[in-house]
Amino acid sequence: MSTILISTAALTLITAVFAVLLTIADRTIGNYGIVKLTINEEKEYNVDGGSSLLSTLNSEKIFIPSACGGKGTCGYCKVQILDGGGPILATEFPFLTQEEMDNHVRLSCQCKVKQDIKIEIPEDLFNVKEFEATVESIEVLTNTIKRLRFKLPEGEEISFKPGQYVQLKAPLYEGNDEEVYRAYSIASSPTEKEFLELIIGYIPEGIATTYVHHHLEVGSKVTINGPFGDFYYQDTDAEMIMVATGTGVAPILSLLNYMKDNDIKRKARFYFGAKTPDDLFLLDHFKELEETLFDFKFIPTLSRIKEGDTSWVGEVGRVNNAIEKLLEENENQEAYLCGNEAMIDSVVKSLTGKGVKEEKIYFDKF
Amino acid sequence: MIELNPMVIFIAAIFTNNMILSNFLGMCSFVAVSKEINTSLGLGQAVTFVLAATSIINYLVYHYILVPYNLEFLRFIIFIISIAAFVQLIEMIMEKYIPNLYYALGIFLPLITVNCAILGVSLFMIIREYSFLQSFAFAVGSGIGWTMAIVALAGIRQRLKRATVPKGLEGPGITLIVTGLMAMAFIGFSGIVQIQ
Repeated sequence: MSTILISTAALTLITAVFAVLLTIADRTIGNYGIVKLTINEEKEYNVDGGSSLLSTLNSEKIFIPSACGGKGTCGYCKVQILDGGGPILATEFPFLTQEEMDNHVRLSCQCKVKQDIKIEIPEDLFNVKEFEATVESIEVLTNTIKRLRFKLPEGEEISFKPGQYVQLKAPLYEGNDEEVYRAYSIASSPTEKEFLELIIGYIPEGIATTYVHHHLEVGSKVTINGPFGDFYYQDTDAEMIMVATGTGVAPILSLLNYMKDNDIKRKARFYFGAKTPDDLFLLDHFKELEETLFDFKFIPTLSRIKEGDTSWVGEVGRVNNAIEKLLEENENQEAYLCGNEAMIDSVVKSLTGKGVKEEKIYFDKF
Repeated sequence: MIELNPMVIFIAAIFTNNMILSNFLGMCSFVAVSKEINTSLGLGQAVTFVLAATSIINYLVYHYILVPYNLEFLRFIIFIISIAAFVQLIEMIMEKYIPNLYYALGIFLPLITVNCAILGVSLFMIIREYSFLQSFAFAVGSGIGWTMAIVALAGIRQRLKRATVPKGLEGPGITLIVTGLMAMAFIGFSGIVQIQ
């Protein structure tokens, strides 16, 4: 009996001593006081030193894109640190190119704020907000793809460019013990400022997609921040070539709805690549857009159509085959591509072969 | 207590009783962080440093707290706690006062908390009933031996990059085979000194 008591007491005591020691150390050694954070040479914040730049910025309501939540595994949270960042850490090297290192680009989740610090971030990031949105409706598009409509909190608005994305936070749930953020392109039009629509595919064992497909229901609350991204509608008069596969349809949908809402008169062609008829979705909506938009054609193309299947009247083969077959050469064209890497690489090749200028091809790979 | 010159223990810990090559302790970071000589050297230094410091702390805690109260059986849990706490503390101190060393070693320190070579050394010094000086020599020697082994492995792996390795053996597979060969080569040292 006394052994149990003594050992428990000894263990507790020793642990307590270490804990007190560490707490004292954290208060004294780990305390860097108030430091000055200067952003883009104009905005100044007085912040508590000691935490990472990413979380410091977050607490000032400035959101840097980050998919891993600050663990240094995604490499998205890059910012330019002009002064006070200290040397580049070994955890950052794998994510930085030589050019970025020369420009003082750092991973904000790895870099600690320990002294006055000066950083440079794109002006757009000031526009990024975090919302506690509510799921308003969930619509099943295919076996693996759902469209979700979120309502922003009363009185809050989001302004974004069609084509940009937001980050959805996947919280802890049974079977998931890490919080992550995942990027999804906005599918709704920017004219709807109080709503957001996302098209989300299910990936087996995906942390965020499992959360979306199995845990969210109408009325659920989710945390979304955004908008981010440099893939968006360009205000020119060029002919538009849009190409998407799978959930890559989302930003294209946003572009098209934006054009419809603003009555933009441009020629547009949308190539929607899928494997089988079951993988296509929102066909009625695109048909309707063909009627309402100025000069829009919807071109679905299937790569796995059964031999002798006569019910399918559209294009057959991969999207780049359809482009090579149907695209007329024209000086003034620009392309918007969204989908997986293999699709984008082969479509870029087909487009440049057709004379579309490489700098006029905008894409969003995932 | 066995009467061995601390110097003998020091040499033995490096060559004949190498933590990795004769005890297979600390394999996780050994395999994971041995891709480049520079980083493995950094990790080796950090391991040596933590080994030396925690052996002192654990020696004092064991002989002046656990033994008087007959609590030797608590040594596993106490050693792990003290190693973890020490690594945390040293990380904070280094970050603030020796930033250069922190940037060189800093990221390896958290890895070391779970390096079983550290716990192994603390346990061996108790099991083998070393004196304070002997323990310290053993810890430093083990650290140097560990560093030597991981740097040697990193050198080999840098060259292996250019070799064609059978698909199924790529990465950890070939690394473990190389480690085995190195261990056999180290048996050659066993004539020098032996400790147990």
